[in-house]
Amino acid sequence: MRFCLYLVLSFLIACFSHALELHQRQSSYINISPQTQAMQDDPTLNPATFWIMDGESLWAQKPSSQSPACSECHGQVITSMKGVAATFPKSVKGRLLNLDGQINHCRTTKQQQTVWPLESKALLSMSVLIANQSKGMPIVANKQPETQMALKTGEALFKQRMGQVNLSCAKCHDDRYGMRLAGSVIPQAHPTGYPIYRLEWQTVGSLQRRLRNCMNAVRAQLFEPDAPEWLHLELYLMWRARGMLIESPGVRP
Amino acid sequence: MKRPLRTIVTVPAKATRGQLITVRALAQHPMENGFRHNEIGQRIERDILTDFICLYNGIEVFRAKLHTGIAANPVIEFNTLAIESGELSFEWRDSDGLSTIASARIEVA
Amino acid sequence: MTIQRRNCLAWLSALGLAPHSMAFASPDQARQAIQQLVGDQTVQTGRVILDIPPLIENGNSVVMTVRVESPMTAHDYVKSVHVLAEGNPLPHILSAHFTPRSGRAHVMSRVRLAENQRVWAIALMSNGSFWRGYADTLVTTSACTEER
Repeated sequence: MRFCLYLVLSFLIACFSHALELHQRQSSYINISPQTQAMQDDPTLNPATFWIMDGESLWAQKPSSQSPACSECHGQVITSMKGVAATFPKSVKGRLLNLDGQINHCRTTKQQQTVWPLESKALLSMSVLIANQSKGMPIVANKQPETQMALKTGEALFKQRMGQVNLSCAKCHDDRYGMRLAGSVIPQAHPTGYPIYRLEWQTVGSLQRRLRNCMNAVRAQLFEPDAPEWLHLELYLMWRARGMLIESPGVRP
Repeated sequence: MKRPLRTIVTVPAKATRGQLITVRALAQHPMENGFRHNEIGQRIERDILTDFICLYNGIEVFRAKLHTGIAANPVIEFNTLAIESGELSFEWRDSDGLSTIASARIEVA
Repeated sequence: MTIQRRNCLAWLSALGLAPHSMAFASPDQARQAIQQLVGDQTVQTGRVILDIPPLIENGNSVVMTVRVESPMTAHDYVKSVHVLAEGNPLPHILSAHFTPRSGRAHVMSRVRLAENQRVWAIALMSNGSFWRGYADTLVTTSACTEER
């Protein structure tokens, strides 16, 4: 009987030995310099503030004379979008969507416009605007039954070795956070600040862009731009960061 | 066609006469230094902000010359003495001579 | 990049023969740029404090503050301060022009630093004298970047 108990306990420990409790989860904000922290915290120093302003203009603007502006359906962004970004990615009418996907879904179905391309100024501005409305709010764990398969796939991707360097995300960000790689402290890699202003890019960019940088670093073949893998990874990353507070728009080196 | 820049200026709304105030100006601009290349190896043309001028009720109180070594989305922070109520204007000029001017009022008691 | 390779690139660039990658400025080019600023004058060391973090997490955006000690009166003030880098593609970074109404000769900005290097700040006072200060920096870069 005791032997069985030990077996079960060992199994459980093995399963969850890398799972971080909420109080152990750390944003990469703690790893950046005081100057970069100040840049994030002060809207008059944070360049992403301009993208928020661009987003506000787009929110109020009719894309064409026949199409409604976002404000016509949703009213004020600060009320209607409060907390919304913290719930994505999620299943919307049977489709797994992240925030960018939801924005483009509205563009096509409600505004009769073409999608905004990934990393375009317009999509990033709208994404920063909406994500900023969740600033300071906790990330909500997705509990929809229809997303659980995608969540498992995302977790498998996170733990799968890839590229010529043959490392998985988990090898650095679960097993070695806090240690150094090439002069930088390895973060736990939670997506609490996206879209971020990255000093490396000298502009605002999406989580997918950052993940591409990671995959380039391990010399892995990138997924296709519209591949479901990106969404599955994002879903898992947001689940892994559940309960952590949104910081968008973050500033990172 | 170049759009006018988005800028943010931070000036205290109120000050006492003779008080040293800190002023901050931020502009949205890529400060393309002319050394980068695009995906097909072509050099991206230089396009930077070159001048920043602050006028206090029309009198120049601070000026800066910016070069390629200034970071994208530049910020400049400096001091001036609050000598009278009025308007501070902030002009950003680019390498083509295009000018964006923002302003803020200050009440000096 | 070794000193020899940098100087070679600088010469090639001057002859218009450099490869497409940029030729970095050298301490000599920075010295020449300072020479053009000050002419025959001697530059005294002191009164100019250049604050740059000693270890930089990304050279694309580095907070830099220059402070010049001066009473900043109508007859004794800092006219200008010029920041020059020894290791950037071009030495000039920023020139700030003050007036007696500045109250304080301080300026903060965010600058680009291409590599580990010394950065100089040269101040011109209202009496025509030049003063200088410098900061040495170490520039690291992120482990995960786009360009390979």
